[in-house]
Amino acid sequence: MTMSPRTEPAITFSDLTLGYDRHPAVHHITGEVAKGELLAIVGPNGAGKSTLLKGIVGELKPLSGSLKLDGLKKSDIAYLPQQIEIDRSFPISVFDCVAMGLWREIGAWRGIDGSRKMHVVRALATVGLQDLGDRPVGALSGGQFQRVLFARLLLQDASIILLDEPFRAVDTKTVADLIALILRWHGEGRTVLAALHDIEQVRAHFPATLLLAREVVAWGETRKVLNPANLAKSRQLVEAFDDQAQVCVRDDEPRERQPA
Amino acid sequence: MIDAVVGPFIEFAFMRRALVGCLALSLGAPPIGVFLMLRRMSLMGDAMSHAILPGAAVGYLLAGLSLFAMSLGGFAAGLAVALSAGLVARSTILREDASLAAFYLVSLALGVLIVSVRGSNIDLLHVLFGTVLALDDHALILVASIATVSLVVLAVIYRPLVLECFDPQFLRSASSLSSPTHLMFLVLVVLNLVAGFQALGTLMAVGIMLLPAVTARFWADDVSGLILVAILTAFAASLSGLLLSYYQNVPTGPAIILLAGIFYLLSVFVGAKGGLMWNLLPRKHLEA
Repeated sequence: MTMSPRTEPAITFSDLTLGYDRHPAVHHITGEVAKGELLAIVGPNGAGKSTLLKGIVGELKPLSGSLKLDGLKKSDIAYLPQQIEIDRSFPISVFDCVAMGLWREIGAWRGIDGSRKMHVVRALATVGLQDLGDRPVGALSGGQFQRVLFARLLLQDASIILLDEPFRAVDTKTVADLIALILRWHGEGRTVLAALHDIEQVRAHFPATLLLAREVVAWGETRKVLNPANLAKSRQLVEAFDDQAQVCVRDDEPRERQPA
Repeated sequence: MIDAVVGPFIEFAFMRRALVGCLALSLGAPPIGVFLMLRRMSLMGDAMSHAILPGAAVGYLLAGLSLFAMSLGGFAAGLAVALSAGLVARSTILREDASLAAFYLVSLALGVLIVSVRGSNIDLLHVLFGTVLALDDHALILVASIATVSLVVLAVIYRPLVLECFDPQFLRSASSLSSPTHLMFLVLVVLNLVAGFQALGTLMAVGIMLLPAVTARFWADDVSGLILVAILTAFAASLSGLLLSYYQNVPTGPAIILLAGIFYLLSVFVGAKGGLMWNLLPRKHLEA
C-alpha cells in the first residue's frame, strides 16, 4: 500500500495493534508512509486516529505488531496533540512559547541569539501574529493560540509532522492559513500526517488518505479511498468498547503475541 | 526609626545570626515555591513538610540533638515519600496528589509516634516550630549551603522546568529531560524544607516557601519577575518578623510567616496584577 513506490518509507507498520488496557483501539495495520507524503487520516469518532498518532510518537506502546521509523530520533517528529496539556494561564509570553520550538537547536542551556530571535519573529509573522509576541499566552483567543502552536511547529523543523485535529474551533480564515502552511511543509519534502474529520477539506488538499475504523478500511489515493461505499463501511465498523470482548482471533498464523 | 530597625541586630549576635539564616532561606525557598504554585502543587509543599518529620525524629533518636543527623534523616524521609508517591502515580491509576497524601500521612503518623514514645514534648516543639533565635554556626552553614545549591541547580534546570510546568507533553516529545527535571525539582523541594525546619520548624518551613510565591503572583507576570518579587517579599517578611518577635516578645517563626501572610492579604487587594481593588474601581475599558 505504498503511495509512492519510488521513495523509501518514513514510517512502516507491520500488523500493528494499538490500544488501552488490552482493548485495541485500532488493530492489524500494515503498510508504509512514504517520505514526503501528505497523508490525511480520516474516520468517525473512535476510529483510532489519535491512537495511531500517539503510537507513532511513542506515547503508546504497541499491544502487538510493530512500527518502524526510518532511523529517526524523537526530535525529528513534531506532534500537535488533540488534547493539549498546556496550561494557558501560565505566565509566559507568546514569543517565549513559540521559541520553545527551537528546542532541538538550543536544548536546555544554549541561548537564543540574534539570528534565532529572527527565526522566531519570522515564524510569528508567518502565522500572522507578528504584533502579539509580547502578550501573555493567556490573552490569546482559541484560534490565535492554534496559530501560536503552528508557529512553534514551524521552528521545530521536523522531518515528520503529526497533526491531530488541528482545525478544531478555528475560523475559516485561520483554517485556510494553516492549510497553506501544511502544503508548504509538503512542498519542502516533509512527511505530514493529519487526523481530520472534514471530508471536503481532505478531498481538496490531501493527495493521500488513510480511512480508519478501528482497522484500515482503505488506504491510497484520496479520490479512490473516499467513495461512498468505504465511508459507509467505516461508520459500520466503529463498535463500542466491549468489556466482555473475546481475545482477537485474527492472529491465526503462528505469531508472537504479547501477553497483557 | 532606623535605630529601631538596625539596633537589635547591632546589639545582639543571636539576632544577626537569625537574620542571616532567614535571608539565606529567603533566597533558596521562594523560587521553589513559585514553581510549586505554577505546577498547581502548592499544597504538596505542606504535605512534604510533614513527611520529613519521622526522618528528623529518627536522626534525633540515633544521635541526639545533632543537626547533621536530623537533617539527613529529614532529607531521606522527605525524598522517600516524594519518590514513592511519584512512582505510584506513574504506574497506577492513582493521581500524584492522592498517592502523596497517603504516603505523607503514614510518614507523619510514624514521626509523631517516634517522637512521643522516645522523646519529650519539648523536643517535639523544637522540631515542629524551629529555633530561629538559636542558630549555631553549623546551622547557618547548612542553611546557606542549601540556598546556594538550590539556586545553582534551579539555574541549570530552569528551561526544562518551565516547560515541564507549561507544556509537559511538548517536553516529553522533544527531549528525555522530563523525568530527570521532575526528580531534581523534588530534591530541591525537600532540601529547602530541611533547611527551613532548622530555623522555622517543619510546620512553618513551608510558609517561607509558598506565601512569598503566591504574593508575587499579584505583582509580576513572568517567571523571572515572580521569582524576584517572591525573594524580596521573603526578605521583607524575615526582617519585619524578626523585629516583631524582638519587640513584642512573640515566637519568631510564626511572626515571620504571619508577616508574609499580611503581605499576601495586602497583595490580594492592592496587587497590580489582578488585585481585587482594581475590580471595584469604576474604570472605563480601553479602545483595544
